[in-house]
Amino acid sequence: MTLVKTTYNRRSFIKATAISGGGMVLGFSWLASCKPTPEQIKAMPKEWFNINGFLKIGDNGLVTIMSPNPEIGQNVKTSMPMIIAEELDTDWANVIVEQAPLNTDIFKRQLAGGSQSIRQGWESLRMAGATARRMLMEAAAKEWQVPVDELTTEAGMIYHKKSGKSTDYGKVASAAGSLPVPKEVNLKDVKDFKIIGTPRKNVDGPKIVTGQPLFGLDYKRDGMLIAMIVHAPAFGMKLKSVEDTAAKSMPGIKDVFVINTYPEGVEKQWSDTDAFPDLVVVVGNSTWEVMQAKKALKVEWEQAANPDSTADYVAKMAAEGGKKPKEASRRDGDPEAAFKNAAQVIERTYTAPYLAHNTMEPMNFFAHVTPDKAELVGPIQTPEFLEKTLAARLSMPLEKIDIQMTRMGGGFGRRLYGHFGVEAAVISQKLNAPVKLIYTREDDMTQGLYRPAYSVTYRAALDADKNLIGFHIRGGGMQDSPVHPNRFPAGAVDNYLAEEWTVDNSISTGAWRAPGSNFIAGAEQSFLDEVAEAAGKDPIEFRLALFDRAIKNPVGKDNDYDAQRYAGVLKLVKEKSGWGQEQPNVSRGVSAYFCHNSYVAQVVDLVVEDGKPVIQKIHAAVDCGILVNPLAATNLCEGGMVDGIGHALYSAMTFRDGVPEQSNFDKYRLIRHSEAPKAIEVHFVENDIDPTGLGEPLNPPIVAALANALYKATGKRVYDQPFMMDKAMLG
Amino acid sequence: MPIFNLNINGKKQQVDVAPDTPILWVLRDHLDLVGTKYGCGIAQCGACTIHVGDVAMRSCQMPVSQVGNQPITTIEGLSEKGDHPVQRAWLEHDVAQCGYCQAGQIMNAAALLKANPKPSEAEIEGAMNGNICRCATYVRIKAAIKTVAS
Repeated sequence: MTLVKTTYNRRSFIKATAISGGGMVLGFSWLASCKPTPEQIKAMPKEWFNINGFLKIGDNGLVTIMSPNPEIGQNVKTSMPMIIAEELDTDWANVIVEQAPLNTDIFKRQLAGGSQSIRQGWESLRMAGATARRMLMEAAAKEWQVPVDELTTEAGMIYHKKSGKSTDYGKVASAAGSLPVPKEVNLKDVKDFKIIGTPRKNVDGPKIVTGQPLFGLDYKRDGMLIAMIVHAPAFGMKLKSVEDTAAKSMPGIKDVFVINTYPEGVEKQWSDTDAFPDLVVVVGNSTWEVMQAKKALKVEWEQAANPDSTADYVAKMAAEGGKKPKEASRRDGDPEAAFKNAAQVIERTYTAPYLAHNTMEPMNFFAHVTPDKAELVGPIQTPEFLEKTLAARLSMPLEKIDIQMTRMGGGFGRRLYGHFGVEAAVISQKLNAPVKLIYTREDDMTQGLYRPAYSVTYRAALDADKNLIGFHIRGGGMQDSPVHPNRFPAGAVDNYLAEEWTVDNSISTGAWRAPGSNFIAGAEQSFLDEVAEAAGKDPIEFRLALFDRAIKNPVGKDNDYDAQRYAGVLKLVKEKSGWGQEQPNVSRGVSAYFCHNSYVAQVVDLVVEDGKPVIQKIHAAVDCGILVNPLAATNLCEGGMVDGIGHALYSAMTFRDGVPEQSNFDKYRLIRHSEAPKAIEVHFVENDIDPTGLGEPLNPPIVAALANALYKATGKRVYDQPFMMDKAMLG
Repeated sequence: MPIFNLNINGKKQQVDVAPDTPILWVLRDHLDLVGTKYGCGIAQCGACTIHVGDVAMRSCQMPVSQVGNQPITTIEGLSEKGDHPVQRAWLEHDVAQCGYCQAGQIMNAAALLKANPKPSEAEIEGAMNGNICRCATYVRIKAAIKTVAS
């Protein structure tokens, strides 16, 4: 065991103590219904005792653990409580998990983004379990009049070997709850973990397969009205006039009005966006009635100034990418000389289109705003920021705003941007009634916050002996650069230059699963494949030689990766895939990348049938430190890779005069069952390094493993996403 | 508005809605059966899949006036205790990530397996192709279906 100071948010105890006294202190009527039903677990306790803000213990030893972070499908609702349960040293079968509400006094960083929930929650979750365990032991020690250090625990029981006494957590929970918080606690050694590292099923699984209410769209309240919005058809347009007489007279319609989500002077957070500041709102009794009334509206919009069509921004990017930026983002050695003296220079340009997030659950939020308080319930990745904006927008103090998080039907970055929560609140405030705002799929897909379109040009300089002596990356995109100048191969090449640019237009962009990396990893790893081939090297050996250089004699400073761990995943995937022992007629591609603190290497095996890629197998090797829940981790890795493949092959948002040309799944292509890989194997590096996340690191590199395998199959390289529209695939 | 008598999950239900109201919204807004999900509204994603008789249908494209006396089954009524073989297989394979599309996936898979208890790989893919999973749990969905079929 490791003795550590209790460093985590001590206010959590103060708050919890102040409200302790048993009962469903943090419960909430509808969200409380999302607990397991009593028959799924042993009998419910007669009384609960709050030990700290993260957990309460029942008189029968049952433990309720609050899952602090928003659940978007990354499975934190299972894996975060597992970490608490581990240090509490209880049996997982005794655990009930509840979604915590937004409460920054108790919980820190209640945010789903950047694959950071596990990494940044690790310490405080362990502390929450370990301090509770210590308090339970102290309560038992007091009762038995023995030194606390003579006690041991196991699976929710406390033992005193010398006297032969034992008790369960439930019997001492009441006394433990009133004890002071220990100043120091013992954390378990990794080798003693009993829950962490073992496969545990999704705590919401039974609810999901039986269709019980879990998601924001499922939320209901008595007297709740349904609201929908109409936003401008093109980015950059402003509202001119609304003719709503017909709509207002339709059955079930309560009102039609215009709102401005973020009027001037309202303090915004980074998570606030106003791609469409003017919204026409239709409110009624039921969704279908409101949908019909929306169609009956006649709304006029002012033309946008200089709206972009797809060809326009593609041309803008090509022009900007051809210019030399004023400043380099990173420069090592003398790249200009290296290219001048090179025996061979390889130059390639890669592009990718805008992408929509397309969470399966469209944007929605429930709000009930009265003069005294604001109650909000719904799917949001950034509840803390939503709360701050609501306080500013509704002119209400923070403590009068209550936000409950529902399970989310996908996030992918889309629900970082909580404009829909603000809209719901503004609508409810205007009506002084409970309202659920619902976006149609079309409203959702055309709302923006897209993954930006990107373009990058790579150049590699080889000397006469085919050594890589110079590397140049110049990349950019619409409002965002995907270049990470200190990532590999920076640090492994003597002469290195990274340059970045951006171009602007009115099409709204935002973070999309592994921002920047989701494009640049595929481009970089495709390019290195081509360079390795030009150098006459095996693609894995070529990369390993570069990592070897970065390990032994790194170039420059601030290299943003651990070359040992990077090489480690490549070696693992090489071994597990049987690299070098290819099956006849099956084409292989390899790729490796580091982003969001985790290392990933992948090998894709595919064949091309009738011009269509059929992925027969993916081997992946992942280093995310300590593996918390192998079952969920494997699932998330599989999904990330299939997602990456799907978008790279099929997906694109295109525009005509600022109007999105795709607004539903008839025109926007997402990968489907028949196109998914036939088999996937995920292997994890075993180590004792603190855990990192898996929500994002898997989809970026797979794009290149796919592209490199396609090249082996067709003899042609693909450079422009979506690959099925690339000239190499079109023939 | 006209009154429609419906047979849903073995229970008689009466709703007073416009005849063109899709069954999806009758279930969700009027009968509090929210397990059937809205995803696209144009029968392209499969999140709203229900059974009409034994046939999988997209409830977003089926007006209430067309149902007549055909029995409707939703995810809430697929089994009494949540233990339909497809539901059990979904739990065994821990299929769900976000879980939003899974009710539709399960309903479609259940209809497939009823009509064709031993589907081939290609038959599974063909039957399931209308159901999008944005988290891309396709590999697990197929494995779960194969478990039921074997």
